[in-house]
Amino acid sequence: MSERLGTIAGLRTKRLPGWAVPALAAGGLAVAWLIVYLPGTGGAVLTGVCAALLFLAALVGVSVAVEGRRAATDRAATALIYAAFLLALAPLAAVAYTLLAKGATRMSGDFLTHSMRNIGGRDAGGGAYHAILGTLEQAGIATLITVPLGIAGAIYIVEYGRGALATAIRFFVDVMTGIPSIVAGLFILAFWVQLVSPLFTADHQPEFSGFAAALALSVLMLPTVVRSSEEMLRLVPATLREGAYALGVAKWKTVLRIVLPTAAPGIVTGVMLAIARACGETAPVLLVAGASASINSNPFAGQQQALSIYIYQQAKDSSIYAPPRAWAAALTLVVLVLALTVAAKLLARRSKLAR
Amino acid sequence: MSQRSLTDTTSAGARPPGGGGALPPGGGLTRRRRFGADTLFRAAVTSAGSTVLLVIVAIATFLVVQSLPALRRNSANFFSFHQWFPQDAPPRFGIAATAFGTVLTSGIALLLAVPVALGIALCLSHYAPKRIATGLGFAVDLLAAVPSVVFGLWGREYLARPVADLSAWLHSNLGWLPPFSSKGPYVNSVLLGSLVLAIMILPIVTSLSREVFQQTPSPNEEAALALGATKWEMVRTAVLPYGRAGVIASVMLGLGRALGETIALALTLGNTYLISFDLLGSGGVTIASNIANSFGEASDPTSRGALIASGLVLFAITLVVNVTARAIVFRRREFTGSTT
Amino acid sequence: MKLKRYGIMAGLALTATVALSACGSDNNAPATNTSSASKVDCVSGKLAAAGSSAQKNAMDEWIKAYQLQCSGATIEYNPSGSGAGITAFAGGTVDFAGSDSALKDGDEQTRADARCRTGKAINLPMVTGPIAVVFNLDGVKELKLKPATIAKIFAGTAPTWDDAAIKADNPGVTLPSTPILAVHRSDSSGTTDNFTKFLAATAGSDWTYANDKAWKAPGGQGQQGSDGVADAVKKTAGTIGYVEWSFATNKSLNIAKVGNGAGEFATLTADSASKTVAGAPVTGTGNDLKLKIDYNTKEAGAYPVVLVTYEIVCEKGTPADKLPLLKSFLKYTVGADGQASLTSLGYAPLPASLRGKVESAINSLA
Repeated sequence: MSERLGTIAGLRTKRLPGWAVPALAAGGLAVAWLIVYLPGTGGAVLTGVCAALLFLAALVGVSVAVEGRRAATDRAATALIYAAFLLALAPLAAVAYTLLAKGATRMSGDFLTHSMRNIGGRDAGGGAYHAILGTLEQAGIATLITVPLGIAGAIYIVEYGRGALATAIRFFVDVMTGIPSIVAGLFILAFWVQLVSPLFTADHQPEFSGFAAALALSVLMLPTVVRSSEEMLRLVPATLREGAYALGVAKWKTVLRIVLPTAAPGIVTGVMLAIARACGETAPVLLVAGASASINSNPFAGQQQALSIYIYQQAKDSSIYAPPRAWAAALTLVVLVLALTVAAKLLARRSKLAR
Repeated sequence: MSQRSLTDTTSAGARPPGGGGALPPGGGLTRRRRFGADTLFRAAVTSAGSTVLLVIVAIATFLVVQSLPALRRNSANFFSFHQWFPQDAPPRFGIAATAFGTVLTSGIALLLAVPVALGIALCLSHYAPKRIATGLGFAVDLLAAVPSVVFGLWGREYLARPVADLSAWLHSNLGWLPPFSSKGPYVNSVLLGSLVLAIMILPIVTSLSREVFQQTPSPNEEAALALGATKWEMVRTAVLPYGRAGVIASVMLGLGRALGETIALALTLGNTYLISFDLLGSGGVTIASNIANSFGEASDPTSRGALIASGLVLFAITLVVNVTARAIVFRRREFTGSTT
Repeated sequence: MKLKRYGIMAGLALTATVALSACGSDNNAPATNTSSASKVDCVSGKLAAAGSSAQKNAMDEWIKAYQLQCSGATIEYNPSGSGAGITAFAGGTVDFAGSDSALKDGDEQTRADARCRTGKAINLPMVTGPIAVVFNLDGVKELKLKPATIAKIFAGTAPTWDDAAIKADNPGVTLPSTPILAVHRSDSSGTTDNFTKFLAATAGSDWTYANDKAWKAPGGQGQQGSDGVADAVKKTAGTIGYVEWSFATNKSLNIAKVGNGAGEFATLTADSASKTVAGAPVTGTGNDLKLKIDYNTKEAGAYPVVLVTYEIVCEKGTPADKLPLLKSFLKYTVGADGQASLTSLGYAPLPASLRGKVESAINSLA
């Protein structure tokens, strides 16, 4: 009886002491080590998993006995949430380690400033400069096309869309989120490269170009940008909008000055996810940009290389010098995208209106 | 004579005539505008929305047009045949195995990734101290920045060994279950591919869910805490319901990525055209990985058209899943947090 | 202030772009100097090509040698696959294509001809690429395999290493009774096409799956690309696979000796592969030099599992601005120096008689 009063009516409930959680963790580890590792039933991983399970069970049991059921649920949830986080750290650390370890061996100023022109199967030199330039140009053009278009489309769906057009846009954007990247490439190949590009080339033959790759990437980025922007715009509290209208602010100004800045951090997250995907897509770029070994800084004419294709081709190459180049290029790409992400997030820092 | 209301969308009816008082119509605060900035803005966003629609419809049309001739020439039932021989005479190809593989790998990837992603998102938005949360969020962004081909290579070279060990353990302890019945040696498998896929969609679901959870209005959270809720109860009653729609959208985006993932799965799946739940053996092929594998040599219109037809099936699968998701989140209110 | 923040970012971005576009260099002076002594007839211009990945290393080496001598020329080769190359050629986006099999009569030939407007598309054999049968078996460094045995292994009818057929080919070698994992290409490939052609021609009773770019036999493990197959064989004991010779040497894999029509077990060398191609008759007419490889060759010491990569060009109808560079480049690749430079890369040079025919065909391109 006093236990129940202690949790609901009383002002102080019994809590587990601060050292209880680490003690239980240590206990769980020790028991798991004794029953799994020592007899050789399993390796380190199995021991870890058993330890975690034992810890969780012990925590819940002890907490129920001392603190009550609600507190026990709370503790269990906290433990699981932190466990999920630790679980994700494992592949993250593994990938990061691999990238750094294998990429750093070949990384050098030379690698970043030279192309693959005149590099044969037995040559150790060569670099990824032409690929870096290509990726930056293609992703840059794709972003310039997709971001305004996508955000404006999302604004339409959320703020203005009442009828069939908005429903149709939502419907088709949903369908498009699952498009395989290679299909986007095929579309641009048929439409832009075969149909439109002969109009612009000197000898009226179709031509690969970095711009075609940018178009293919925009097709891939568009659904993500539209969908995530739509959700972020919907999350802006109606009270903000209504307050603005009540003060006599025009709708366009409300959207541009109040709704967008509030949703900006979330929209930037969606956009950066789309850009990260675009930078890493191999198949569509390979189809329509060709893969050049030389530097081509004009994205509108001629074949261009990109880091994603470069990584793929070097990984498949039979030369013994190729795989290190692939990993160095992978490291370059990850660092590049990370830098862009950090810059974008700093630029769109959380507005004070959000909370 | 009623003034046009400031907003274009009329939620209520027209204003009562006369403005309801001694003030001139509209209270003297507005001027009648014909082609003002509002109209321009509305036209701009409407045309953007229409352009998006146009692009998507163009792609869908292109795909249908390219695939019809191949489908007509197909001598096998497209939906029930499970092999892929479009260059035979007569061509025989069907999506049974590839569609099954797509659903299987994406399903397993979602099952593995979504709980973990939500846990991380909650951790970063509500549990971890602010400074650590920013740094750890950065770490999640790192995962998002890794290109898909690198995940495929990493999976094939570094994850294959641990997964082979795991497969051996699963087979020896749970081998009586059909998914774990394969004997090995274990190289590529559905398990490896699904794991890599789960790691790839993790950052998408995490980042977007975190943004959604961070947008929970503090009044809601503080009210729950003030009523004596524990932290988990506050999350359960204030944060999760508020963010339900956003979380489902992020899961749909992650699923879209999983369904369309081409290169990473081509490198880590065993690529045999079988319909089986065997997770550990040399099997698994998805629509997208099949396109990646067959595309290089698909030089004739029938092969191309067959691959594009399978792309269309993928669209259909995405559509069904997304429509279901939208139905689950059926919104009666326009904006969350509205006072009505 | 927001403006200041944007201003700084924009300024940084601009500086970074300017710096980036100024600091790259195409100038790669390779360490290994090409021994090409004879002068090439230099022509400036741009060529685009695509096709078989099996000849990628050969193409890279030739392009490098040509570009080093002729700095005004830029030739791009995209190893996207034979089929993609033929499609690109027919679509007009590339000037010539590399393919592991000659143009198929019928639709493929018609589409390629259509691209050439006034002439037809012809096949010029250029690269001989031997296919190595590689294996990874603890304690066994040398393996002899008859074509029938290979067929049984890859078809799944010889499931363990100590199967009777393998034992018969390797008397005196202790073979374990572990299961064989046969690794094949999961992606459509000309290498698979030629390997299965070999099996169908030499072991028709054991290999009933005919030949195709896509692997048709059940079982085994599919890996993407020859690098995937080579990797899998290198990593896992008890595996056997087929890859281009260059992959086998670069990853130091054990290569099996294959039985030829003369009853011997031939070791894979540039010479032994060339011998098979030397004996192959030309089945094309006029300047079309399609070859029919005799996989049952009775030539002494000939290694039978070879594939020949063709360059598909227009006999007449190449655009006038590309023709001189095309002829000059192809003349270099088929020349004695060009072919000799391939031997260290895992290819065999074309036999001299065939080279002469290809050269005269190139000279007559218009």
